[in-house]
Amino acid sequence: MRTRPIIASALLLGLTAAACASDSSTGAPTATELPATESAPPPTDLTDAEPSDTEPATDQPAEPRITITLVTYDSFPEADTSINAALDAFTEQTAIGVELLVAGDTGTMLSKAALTVGNPEGDVMWGIDNTFLSRALQDGIFELGVLADPENVPAEFLALVPNGEALPVDFGDVCVNYDIGYFVENELAVPTSLQDLADPAYRDLLVVQNPATSSPGLAFLLASIDEFGADGWQAYWQQLKDNGVQVVDGWTDAYYGSFTWAGGGDRPLVVSYGSSPPAEVIFADPPRDDSPTGVIESTCFRQIEFAGVLAGTDHPDEAAELVRFLGSEQFQAELALNLFVYPANSAVALPQEFNDFAVVPETSRTLDPDLIDENRSDWIDEWSTLVLG
Amino acid sequence: MSHLRVEQIGVRFDTTDVLRQATLWVDHAEVVALLGPSGSGKTTLLRVIAGILRPDSGTVWIGTNDITSLPAHQRGVGMVFQDNQLFPHMSTIDNVAYGLRVAGVGKVERQDRGAAWLDRVGLAGFERRNVTELSGGEAKRVALARTLATEPSVVLLDEPLSGLDRELHDHLATQLAQLLVDHSITAVLVTHDPAEADVIASRSVRMDQIDG
Amino acid sequence: MNNGQRPVNRLPSRVVAALAVGPIAGLAVFYLWPFATLLARAINGNAVADTLSRGATWDVAWFTLWQAVVSTGITMLVGLAPAYIVARFEFPGRQLLVGLLTAIFVLPTVVMGAAFLALLPDSLDRSVWAVIAAHVVFNLAVMVRTVGAFWEHLPTDMESAAATLGASRWRVFVDISLPLLRPSLSAAGAIIFLFTFTSFGVVRILGSAGTRTLEIEVWRRATQLGDIGGAAVLSVLQLAILAAVVSWSTRAQRRHARAVDLRPEQARRRAKSTGERRFVASVAIGTAALCIAPLAAMAIRSFRSSSGWSTAAWTRLGKAEVRPGIRLGLDPVEALVNSIQNAAWATSFAVALGAMASLAIAAAGRGGRLLDVGLMLPIGTSAVTIGFGMLITFDTPPVDWRAEWWLVPVGHALVALPFVVRTTVGVLRSVDPSLQDAAATLGASPTRAWWDVIVPFLWRPLAVGAALAAAISLGEFGATSFLSRSGGETLPIAIDELLGRTGSLLQAQGYALATILAVATVSLVVGVSRFHDVTGLAHRRAGGQTVDR
Repeated sequence: MRTRPIIASALLLGLTAAACASDSSTGAPTATELPATESAPPPTDLTDAEPSDTEPATDQPAEPRITITLVTYDSFPEADTSINAALDAFTEQTAIGVELLVAGDTGTMLSKAALTVGNPEGDVMWGIDNTFLSRALQDGIFELGVLADPENVPAEFLALVPNGEALPVDFGDVCVNYDIGYFVENELAVPTSLQDLADPAYRDLLVVQNPATSSPGLAFLLASIDEFGADGWQAYWQQLKDNGVQVVDGWTDAYYGSFTWAGGGDRPLVVSYGSSPPAEVIFADPPRDDSPTGVIESTCFRQIEFAGVLAGTDHPDEAAELVRFLGSEQFQAELALNLFVYPANSAVALPQEFNDFAVVPETSRTLDPDLIDENRSDWIDEWSTLVLG
Repeated sequence: MSHLRVEQIGVRFDTTDVLRQATLWVDHAEVVALLGPSGSGKTTLLRVIAGILRPDSGTVWIGTNDITSLPAHQRGVGMVFQDNQLFPHMSTIDNVAYGLRVAGVGKVERQDRGAAWLDRVGLAGFERRNVTELSGGEAKRVALARTLATEPSVVLLDEPLSGLDRELHDHLATQLAQLLVDHSITAVLVTHDPAEADVIASRSVRMDQIDG
Repeated sequence: MNNGQRPVNRLPSRVVAALAVGPIAGLAVFYLWPFATLLARAINGNAVADTLSRGATWDVAWFTLWQAVVSTGITMLVGLAPAYIVARFEFPGRQLLVGLLTAIFVLPTVVMGAAFLALLPDSLDRSVWAVIAAHVVFNLAVMVRTVGAFWEHLPTDMESAAATLGASRWRVFVDISLPLLRPSLSAAGAIIFLFTFTSFGVVRILGSAGTRTLEIEVWRRATQLGDIGGAAVLSVLQLAILAAVVSWSTRAQRRHARAVDLRPEQARRRAKSTGERRFVASVAIGTAALCIAPLAAMAIRSFRSSSGWSTAAWTRLGKAEVRPGIRLGLDPVEALVNSIQNAAWATSFAVALGAMASLAIAAAGRGGRLLDVGLMLPIGTSAVTIGFGMLITFDTPPVDWRAEWWLVPVGHALVALPFVVRTTVGVLRSVDPSLQDAAATLGASPTRAWWDVIVPFLWRPLAVGAALAAAISLGEFGATSFLSRSGGETLPIAIDELLGRTGSLLQAQGYALATILAVATVSLVVGVSRFHDVTGLAHRRAGGQTVDR
């Protein structure tokens, strides 16, 4: 006797699901189809059924009509932060669900994208930065002509993506961070320049990331090229190598693994972000009002991150909508306190704590993008042979 | 006093007693034939004397030396195997001269002595031949020459003439007998053929006689 | 009754053709075509000039060569004693020891890497000597089962004869045993060289970022640097070196082949003298310790954390987190599920194609030999090359299969197929054809007779092949490194990722996963190893002779 209502509900849900799935690239939701299936079954069959057998309760949010995948790096929060809440709000507003796919560190994320061009692992990519951008553009990982015109983004950032392939979403600085406590305890003066890092006084104290796989790693390499020139950086790195520099694959490994303060490791000098010290204050438990870590300003390299639609996606329009949202004030307002970067959208006001503790270096290093474009691959190759050899 | 004395040898494989109290005395320059059906332990007894099989009980003496616990390569007992066991990776002359090489004899001398032995068994000129291409009779003679070349104090022969056709068999039997006498070799010969034993050996014994 | 002059098979050729078409098509599409694409990419443009003129290329090639030679040499030296005792002596635990060595041999490369990572002190960690040590233990089984098996068939009396001529044990070994063993030594050496030259998983895990072999370079250039052309050139270079070494070794083997009168298994004996007993015991125990220690260390490390002993790695296996909220981008339990799913599909593919192929080969006579050799090709090509080839071939419509769920299982099936075929073909070939004749006289048509009489012989070896295929798929790392996508990671990939981290919990999780993988693989293979000599299959690669067991 109970089987009839259950079968009817199953049919109902099945038809609904089929209706949802069949809707793909057309932008308009199949609003016309859904009511039809909803009203199909005769009411008499449903009155015997328990509430749980029928349509979902009305206080639940509407099922997204489509879900797209946002590919990102491993330090992007997966859940429970205001960034994730913002993405949920996006889903509410547009009925486009967003699923996060963590692909590894930036370099790994790019490698995977490069190998899957045309058949990408997701629809939108967040987090490709200016150091890796040239490879991304060369390999054509972004879909062209789908992004709307960006609002409130500084012109110098836009210059890096002349064909509008991607949207600049945030910026910051990659700098060498140091553990204040360590240097105090060991009565060591804090290094103040790139050259200092090669000083034997700081032997075995520095951890960096592999520029082939990590964007801060590549940024640091580029900083050294900016300082010592295209012909002089090799000698510098030889000095670093002789001085016992440790190389790990990614930022999370370096910061939460080898760094003395955040990771309990044995290296008090780590390549990280200019915004890492504020993070240490804001999330300190027990609370504190001074930062336990500091930044060596002269090592800083300007980093700009981008988001874009991946070429070959099945849902270019929805993906473009998400990218627009990622550049909107609503989303950009959450960047500072979650990812510890500056929003590219200049209309967004920064939170107070960020202003209090963030270090914005007077001058941050940059390199001509064309230069990076031409030499990046050779530089990485040379570096690998030299340092990892 | 006997040159070779085998006293109360017992050998047990799993649960079978192959030999119980085998006893055999052989005088100097004597050739003794061991007769008996297959499975009676003839080959086993030879292996014990040669030192390649450890007995569970009993002793073996050569002259006044108890060689029971001596490893095979230190006993000075030579053995010609039923299937020859020529070393396929060595030439005929290298096979024959192998024992001399192990003993440290210089190359020229051992090649000469080896060639001499080949001559004695009627295989002059066979030095460079590939041993895997020898006929049955030739292989047997090379095996014999190899063992005799080391001039062991005792020579053991395990069915040395098995598998040969009648004419060759008889011819070799006579040759072998002559060789043993000429060089005053103390030998124990295992065979199932009493006629062959008569030709080659000076005395025949049966396994059931010596192993009670 | 074995190969040689066989009566012409009476199975209608259309049936044979129908059987052969599937495996041939599979081989052509998923192996030959990617191979051709790889070659084309390699010779296209400046890749050849650029790569070969780079000094680093030759450094890497040289390094790969010398570590393989050293690994092979040490393995052969270390493996002689165990081979000897297994061949000649009966001792308690002999079967166990052989089983242990076989289990080690079939372990996934990442597990072996993990085991040695756990065992060796930090100073040796990630050095080339760690890699070599892992190679030695890995390949001991090859020595014992190849050389040991051959040794078992050398007449013991030859050694006795030498003894009666005055040669001491050592002289017997040097003058008699070694020269006679040479064919098996060459075969074993060639196999071990092949494995260590193309070693990928072990080097990835145990080597530092700077320990770079050709295999690693192919992967690194293709994935991290995006230099597909350069990677393709390196792939071809590696194949060229391998082909040169294999052909040299085959020629050398043929030159030294001599008519050794191999006997059926010579009776083994118990060690008698105290000296002998001590020797056998110490070699047996030493070998067992060498094999068990790394695995034990690996299991133990999964219970270690920065604060002492804990089961956290196991209980928290569902999440791989660097910090709460910061995930690694892979889920260990998901990886386990992926691996199992891939293994199920890969086994099905390999078994289906393998069954068809073996039936066709066994029935086809001379034509079958071509298919036989063709199906063995994937063994000679490294898994990295296979995966790489597939990746760059199936990346444009209409064959853009990169996202298809079946691509990884197909890659695995390709690697496993030769093993499935080898286990079944031998059995099928040895079936007495008179059985078919008998069925014919009872009224069965050729096809009917074949189905009722020959095919039933297939199932048992096929079960063995299936277990092997599953084990291979579970542990496959080289091809999967190219073909897997985010979210579809397999256990070996997860293990590599976790062990590359500096966090102790993450590393412990890596060891836990490696332990799981080890247990799964060993259970699969040891269960069936009593039915078939797994290491004998590797002979095909080096063209060595197999010995009937």
